[in-house]
Amino acid sequence: MSIGSTPMKYRVKIDTERCMQCKRCIENCSYGVFREEGDKIAIQSRNCVACHRCLAFCPRDAIEIEEKPGDYRSHPVWTREVRETIFNQAKTGKIVLAGMGNAQPYPIIFDRLVLDACQVTNPSIDPLREPMELRTYIGKKPSSLDLRQRDNGEVQLCTKLSPNLQIETPIMIGHMSYGAISLNAQTALAKAASRIGTFMGTGEGGLHESLYPYQSHMIVQVASGRFGVDINYLERGAAIEIKIGQGAKPGIGGHLPGDKVCADISCTRMIPEGTDAISPAPHHDIYSIEDLKQLVRGLKEATEWKKPVFVKIAAVHNSAAIAAGIARSGADAVVVDGFRGGSGATPRVFRDHVGIPVEAAVASVDAKLRQQGIRNEVSIIASGGIRESADVAKIICLGADAVYIGTSALVAMGCRVCGTCYRGTCAWGIATQKPELVARLDPEVNAVQVENLIHGWTLELAELMGAAGINSIESLRGNRDRLRGYMLDEGLMNVLDVKTVGA
Amino acid sequence: MGEVRINAKDMPYQVLNQRVRALVASGEKDIILDNVLGQRFIGDGIRGDDVTITVNGVPGGDLAMFMSGPTVIVNGNADHAPGNTMDNGKVVIHGSAGDAVAHSMRGGRVYVRDNIGYRGGINMKEYQTKRPILVVGGSARAFLGEYMAGGLVIVLGVDGVTPVSERGVGSGIHGGEIIIRGRVDPTCLGGGAEQKKLTEDEKKAIRPILEDFVRTFTIDPDPVFSAEYSKIVPASKRPFASKYTWE
Repeated sequence: MSIGSTPMKYRVKIDTERCMQCKRCIENCSYGVFREEGDKIAIQSRNCVACHRCLAFCPRDAIEIEEKPGDYRSHPVWTREVRETIFNQAKTGKIVLAGMGNAQPYPIIFDRLVLDACQVTNPSIDPLREPMELRTYIGKKPSSLDLRQRDNGEVQLCTKLSPNLQIETPIMIGHMSYGAISLNAQTALAKAASRIGTFMGTGEGGLHESLYPYQSHMIVQVASGRFGVDINYLERGAAIEIKIGQGAKPGIGGHLPGDKVCADISCTRMIPEGTDAISPAPHHDIYSIEDLKQLVRGLKEATEWKKPVFVKIAAVHNSAAIAAGIARSGADAVVVDGFRGGSGATPRVFRDHVGIPVEAAVASVDAKLRQQGIRNEVSIIASGGIRESADVAKIICLGADAVYIGTSALVAMGCRVCGTCYRGTCAWGIATQKPELVARLDPEVNAVQVENLIHGWTLELAELMGAAGINSIESLRGNRDRLRGYMLDEGLMNVLDVKTVGA
Repeated sequence: MGEVRINAKDMPYQVLNQRVRALVASGEKDIILDNVLGQRFIGDGIRGDDVTITVNGVPGGDLAMFMSGPTVIVNGNADHAPGNTMDNGKVVIHGSAGDAVAHSMRGGRVYVRDNIGYRGGINMKEYQTKRPILVVGGSARAFLGEYMAGGLVIVLGVDGVTPVSERGVGSGIHGGEIIIRGRVDPTCLGGGAEQKKLTEDEKKAIRPILEDFVRTFTIDPDPVFSAEYSKIVPASKRPFASKYTWE
């Protein structure tokens, strides 16, 4: 082979002084790094993906993983990743498939925005003492209320209200399908969402019957492949989401490889076992904004106008104009998925180069809807790269009503962001369908961890609001005065509609 | 119970569909809609194997969408996507239909007496006993049966009409089959689709469907039964399996 082998991505070492030969590393590694050779544990470092499963289960801290042990000649343009991708494609001639979200070192806008706090002139609020209103309603709000007084003096609301989702914290769990993640992982998320009083998305993989008990906290997705979609599925969901695009792969469809379509997934997606599950790039009944309106209304008709219908788009250049179209389609919420959004499998070139950051997209969507006087017609849900409670607070200041978290929730279940989800051998039992690996994930234990995470963020959000003298999430929403840009350029500050620090 | 009629003249679609739904819920089995003109979503999400909805006029888009069980008979043409993501039941159109007929359909039958527009049978899929069937008496436009994952599309080209003469037939097909009277010009086949002659045994297997179709529309059966057919099937069950390499 003319290219030869390339440097290892990771080097795995066992400190023999510390190792007690318990072989937990051999048992836990699903990538074949460790094997027993006589009385030694032999290591094949090239198989390592740095998922840390071995490290996490080594009782003696005897394992060390070193990233990129072999140096290339350093070069700012011809980075290691660029060179290795060329090697890969020179050998295969194929599209490079990657996992998780955008891995390019673009600046993160969230990290260049700072939040405000009260000093002297208006007092901050202590959430311990004062009630903080974090409850959020997702869906259409009437532009005006028609109140009439009856003869007996009672006031009657005559405006017909649209169905809304009530969430106890503005944090929901985004769509990760059964197929992309395991049933145990979905079950853990479903339990967590139900207990917290929030919602999770099914993704485009149907709804497994074991999740029916949690259906009142689930948003069912209708994507271009229409997997698992029938009238029962639509009726089970608390809301319905039409997925047009995804931040990790704007403009393209998805393929769940046939080898992942096991009996149970086949049943949930309603396709034969072992066949590729192909979601086409567009919905072939939506070729225009008018067609989108038709599908929104088709879903509402099917469910007797009882459920909110969301439309999810990837954050792209013209998100604002697209969202304005969605707001007029009759949809109840628009989900804006930024280019940092994760994925189990996506072409690397899309993951890293297509789409825009959620911060800019949400700010411009919110501004456009307000300009056009239709902000009340849809809620804005931000997703893609929400890593901590500060991101939640900042994106709400930029105009979002709520967020979807995906990767953060998986990390709460043990995911180490190794980005190898597409291999289907996730050692943590998350992005795999192999029964022995799935069994590693205890839905109950992991539900508590996800619940803890959202609870912790919610507490922090309440503290951040209190510090800013705000006691209701409505007063934070779109409140750009609570943000300042730090080292952001003027053009971007105009888009975000925030001032610079010091101003 | 006998038949119930609704005069749909100038009736908004939501009102019409609510009334149909209420009638079905009250146990009516034979519902006739007169003067239908463009009302969308008729039969959307309706259940009931023994319910028949007769549409006199021209229904709007997404007729029988998500429908699970009933029979819808249209005495007229239909707009786009009748049978969209339909689960079960039967749609009979005594006329032509627009684009994306039987889009993502997963069960039941759609019969169109005359012609259909673009993207007929696109993304149809089957599962276990559910096998959707779309039969077209006349012709179909481009992109017929694209991304099909299962089910059966038959285009008969009755009266010597060319069943399909445009591109993209079966692009990305990875399940199911498209059966065409005569032969499709190979330049019209999409990527991943393969054309084969329909054998006598295979023809016998679809005979009951053809019989039902010609009976439904009182079409002269002999030319239909005696014609030669070809089938378009996936070249591979996994058309995209070799497209990717791991990072």
